[in-house]
Amino acid sequence: MKIHEFQAKKIFSDYDIPVPDGETAKTPEAARKIAEKLGCPVVVKAQIHAGGRGKGGGVKLARTPGEAFAVAGQILGMNLVTHQTGPEGQKVKQVLIEKGQAIEKELYLGIVVDRAQGCPVIMASEAGGMEIEEVAAKTPEKIIRAAVDPAIGFSGTHARKIAYGLNLDAALIKPAGKIIAGLYRIFTQKNCSLIEINPFVITRDRQLLALDGKINFEDDALSRHPDIKALYDPDEQDPLELEASKCGLNYIKLDGNVGCMVNGAGLAMATMDLIKLAGGEPANFLDVGGGASAEQVENALKILLMDKNVKVVLINIFGGILRCDRVAKGIVQAVKDIDLHLPMIIRLEGTNVAEAGQILETSGLDLEFAANFDEAAQKVTQHARA
Amino acid sequence: MSILADKKTKVVFQGITGSEGSFHARACMDYGTHVVAGVTPGKGGQLFEEKIPVYNRVIDARDKAGANASCIFVPPAFAADAIIEAVDAELDLVICITEGIPVLDMVKVKKYLAGKKTVLIGPNCPGLISPGKCKIGIMPGHIHREGPVGVISRSGTLTYEAVYQLTGLGIGQSTCIGIGGDQIVGTYYIDLLKMFENDDQTEAIVIIGEIGGSAEEEAAEYIQTAVSKPVIGFIAGQTAPPGRRMGHAGAIISGGKGTAAEKMAAWKKCGIHVQPNPAKIGETVAAVIKQ
Repeated sequence: MKIHEFQAKKIFSDYDIPVPDGETAKTPEAARKIAEKLGCPVVVKAQIHAGGRGKGGGVKLARTPGEAFAVAGQILGMNLVTHQTGPEGQKVKQVLIEKGQAIEKELYLGIVVDRAQGCPVIMASEAGGMEIEEVAAKTPEKIIRAAVDPAIGFSGTHARKIAYGLNLDAALIKPAGKIIAGLYRIFTQKNCSLIEINPFVITRDRQLLALDGKINFEDDALSRHPDIKALYDPDEQDPLELEASKCGLNYIKLDGNVGCMVNGAGLAMATMDLIKLAGGEPANFLDVGGGASAEQVENALKILLMDKNVKVVLINIFGGILRCDRVAKGIVQAVKDIDLHLPMIIRLEGTNVAEAGQILETSGLDLEFAANFDEAAQKVTQHARA
Repeated sequence: MSILADKKTKVVFQGITGSEGSFHARACMDYGTHVVAGVTPGKGGQLFEEKIPVYNRVIDARDKAGANASCIFVPPAFAADAIIEAVDAELDLVICITEGIPVLDMVKVKKYLAGKKTVLIGPNCPGLISPGKCKIGIMPGHIHREGPVGVISRSGTLTYEAVYQLTGLGIGQSTCIGIGGDQIVGTYYIDLLKMFENDDQTEAIVIIGEIGGSAEEEAAEYIQTAVSKPVIGFIAGQTAPPGRRMGHAGAIISGGKGTAAEKMAAWKKCGIHVQPNPAKIGETVAAVIKQ
C-alpha cells in the first residue's frame, strides 16, 4: 500500500526525523494562507502517489503568497502525467506547501528487504535526487549498504557504517545515526516494504532534513496496522481494480484486448504470456483463486468485461481445490446477466470437469471449448487476428 | 528414490481441525500419505476422522505418534510461529501452505532456520508430492504419476498444468515441489537441485520460475557448475508490467530487476532448455529426454 508524501512526512515527524515545515491545502486560498504563515519562498508540491512529479510540472516554487495562490490554482485539479502514472495521469486533489530550503547537498537514504539476504538492508548514497536504480547501474560503488541481521536488530555499527560512508561532517554523524535508527524503527514497527528519503538533504545551515518522503507498506501485514490502513486513498487506484479488490479478486488492468480469467497467479501470468505468443495482447491479469464460489466467478467475469477494450475472453482453469462445475455455473450466470456478444474461449481441466462440460454445453451459450492449453492459444490467435 | 518425502514419511497436520486443514488432511490420507497426527492448540485429545490423534503441541505428535514431517494450515497471523514450533521440534521436513505471512515474520524464521536440520518448504506453496509414495499438500494427486522427472516450481496451478502435460505424454515425476510464491521462502531452487542431482530416480529436472527476485539467476549459475542432468525451464510473467505485484507477493519487477527476459537469458547462457511457451513444457521435456 502506498501513501502520499505528506502522510509519510507526518510519520517521519512522529519518529523525530526532521522534515521541512509544511501543511497541506485543497484550495488556492488555503495555499496562500499557509504561504503567509510559513514565510516565502515556499514550494508547492502536488500530492499524488506516483514519482516524477517535478518533471511533470507538479512541483513549483512560489516567492510570494500571491504566487502560491496562483501556482496552487494551476496544480490543484490538474491531471498530472509523470513517467510513473501512465498517459492518463493522476488528478491532484491536494498540495503540500513547504517552507523553501537552502540546500547544500542532496543524499539518498532508504530501507528495503533484500530477498537474497533475507533481511532488511539500509541503503544510502551521496547521489541524492536521482533514481537509485540509475545510481546502482552507473555508479554502484557510491551506494553504502548495511544489512540488519534479525538476531542483532539495529545497532550503532549500522548507523556509523552509513553515516561515515556518506562522508558527513563530524557534527552530523550522531544526528544522522538518530535519523537512520528512527527510519529503521518505522520499517519494522509498521511492516514497511520500502522507505525512501530522496533527497535526504544537508541544508546551508548544516541541518539534516527529509526533503521528500516515500513509505510503502506491506499489504499482507496491514491487518496489524489499522492506523496505516486508514491512510489509504482509493482515488489513486484504478476503478476496476478497486471494484475487484472489494470482491476479493486479484485483478490488474492492462492495455490489450484479450481478457483472461485464470485460477492461480503463476498460471494467470503464463496465460497472459500465451496470449502474447498467440498474437494477442492481454487486457488484464485476473486470478480468481482457489476457493472461488460461482458468485465470485460471476463477479470476476463482469469486472473483466467492464473493460471496453476486451474483444475476446479466454478462461483457463485448472481445478485442484477450485471445482470446475462452480466455475461453469458462474460463467453461465454472468453471461446471462450481461448479455455477452464477445467470443469466449473456455479451457477447463481438473476437479469435476465432466460436470462443468455438461453445464456449459446445455447452457445454450455461444462458447468455444479448448481441450488443452495449446488449443486455447490457437483459438485466441484466430480471434486476435480477425 | 524421490526426494524429501517417501513411503516412510510420517506427517502431522498443524491446523488439522480447521476447514482447510481437515479437507486436505483427508485428501492426503486418501492418496496414501501416512498422516499420523494433527496439532491444534486446545483441541488435544480429540480424534480426527475417528482415528488420527490430535495433540496440543508438535513435540507430542513427534514423541507419541512418530511424526517427522509437518504440513501447516495455520492463518497468516500465526503461521510463522507454527513454523518455528515445528523447527523447534526438530522435524525433518516442514511444509507451510499459508499465503499472506508478513515478510518481516519470515525474515526471523529464515534466521532461525540457519544451521538447523529442518527443511522448510514454502510458505505460500501447494506443497510436495512424490507420486505413488507420499503427498503433503493441496495438489490434485490424480494428475501425477511416478517417473523420472523432478519438478521445482514457484507456482501452484501452473505446476499442475506442467505435470498434466508430462503425465499426458507418459512421462512421470519423481518428486514435485512447490517452493512458494512469497519474497522469502524456506528453500530455493539450489538445495533441491542438489537433491535431484543425487537422486537415482530423477533423470531430468523441470524448473518453473516467475518474475521477481534473483533465485532463477542463482540457480542458473549453480546448474552450470554442479548439475549434470538436463534441466528444462519456463518463466511466467514475460508480459507482466513493472512494479506491480502479480498475485504472488514475490512476483514483482522491482527497480527494473527480476524480469522474465533477464531470467530466461541467464538460463540460456547456462545450458538450461528454456521454453517460452507454457503449453509446450511437456513436449520440450519429451524431446530432451529422448536425446
